[in-house]
Amino acid sequence: MLEMNHISKSFGNLEVLKDISIQVDQGKVIVVIGPSGSGKTTLLRCLNVLERPEKGEVTIDDQTIDFSEKLDKKTIRELRKQTGMVFQNYNLFPHLSVIENIMEGPVTVQKIDKQQAREVAMRLLEKVGLGDKADVYPHQLSGGQQQRVGIARAMAIDPKVMLFDEPTSALDPELIGEVLQVMKDLAEEGMTMVVVTHEMNFAKDVADEVVFMDEGYIVERGAPVDVFENPKEERTKRFLNLIQQ
Amino acid sequence: MAKMYLLSNFWLSADNLQTLQDSFLPLLKGVLYYTIPLTLLAFFAGLVLAITTALFRISGVKILSIIARVYVSIIRGTPLLVQLFIVFYGFGNLGVSFLKFSPFVGALIALSLNTGAYASEIIRASILSINKGQWEAAESIGMSYFQSLKRVILPQATRVSIPPLSNSFIGLVKETSLASTILVAEMFRKAQEIVATTYEPLLIYTQAAAIYWVLCFILSLIQGRIERRLDRYVN
Repeated sequence: MLEMNHISKSFGNLEVLKDISIQVDQGKVIVVIGPSGSGKTTLLRCLNVLERPEKGEVTIDDQTIDFSEKLDKKTIRELRKQTGMVFQNYNLFPHLSVIENIMEGPVTVQKIDKQQAREVAMRLLEKVGLGDKADVYPHQLSGGQQQRVGIARAMAIDPKVMLFDEPTSALDPELIGEVLQVMKDLAEEGMTMVVVTHEMNFAKDVADEVVFMDEGYIVERGAPVDVFENPKEERTKRFLNLIQQ
Repeated sequence: MAKMYLLSNFWLSADNLQTLQDSFLPLLKGVLYYTIPLTLLAFFAGLVLAITTALFRISGVKILSIIARVYVSIIRGTPLLVQLFIVFYGFGNLGVSFLKFSPFVGALIALSLNTGAYASEIIRASILSINKGQWEAAESIGMSYFQSLKRVILPQATRVSIPPLSNSFIGLVKETSLASTILVAEMFRKAQEIVATTYEPLLIYTQAAAIYWVLCFILSLIQGRIERRLDRYVN
């Protein structure tokens, strides 16, 4: 379903991803954890080419991109249409109402009829529990509500994979739960998801596989029980101890 | 005696009122036929130039960026009056009929070029002021560069650019008075003509100044309305 093979990425002299490969099967949820600067966000951003790796391949469904070749913009856009991205800072469009935010992808990119797009957007909005907020502007919402709109916007382009980049890190603690619940619902419906997060409980509950990254490498991966209860690597143990304190 | 004369100029005597009344219509004609059309046309042509130039600058294409820089540098580095003279007298003297502009067109070209250069910096700064995350969000839902620009970045940049662009616009209203030097019959040229026959420079030029002020005041009010409208999506 989703594969990342031998991806390497540097910022200047700093190598942030060192020959990374991951696979995610259809309907599975993979959670990437690790200290800041470990490369986990970059890994996620390579999946929809917000970062351009120097080497390696990304395959989503039946489309493969080889980064060692010259890429045209259309190929990149095709790949992006398969992925829905949820950002740490939501990045909602502040000049558009909530429903317009969600309709933007379907209407502008996929050229779907406005009325139809509105219906789909409304359904998504109800799904994230914000059916009554269609016509307000993002700044009138709480952080948690904004992030749920962010999820609905990403879902609106009908992606094959959802990518979450620390979706709850900018939220007040009491607002985290509502966002995680929406993500949990998505996972239960069978959405394929890659989630970068610091929410270890979410990882334990929802993930099919946990990947621990440090310094641009995948240090350890496995079922949540194995990684959390019986980490094999010293670095994984240290990290888990630190965050459990 | 001198003191008396000064007073008579300030005092709205019946004579002075009559002079003001007589000059009002010609001045208004200058405003309606030349000052306002020249301002509007030059501003919109300038805006098109400015957006193009700003996009050239941020395109990342070296040659386009150089063209934009050279244009802005030349226009900003030379006086508008000199630009007017080059476009009208200079080009007009080349003997190429294509470059022989009427005073109005000459003024329009010079004022548009001038506005375009200054406004391009405003637009560029406004575009750059929009958070990088907005570009990424637009791209993440599959938008192309131009779709992102049109649907996401420019609408937000517009809000940022309204106050400085209003400044340019108001400045332009007053700069059209320079077109009098290349014989455009705009308001200030009209004022000069009236002074030549009435010998009332203080009265007439003050009247012209008052009319400029009223125009700019109305524009400030419009600016306020636009700003309030565009502010509805921020706190």
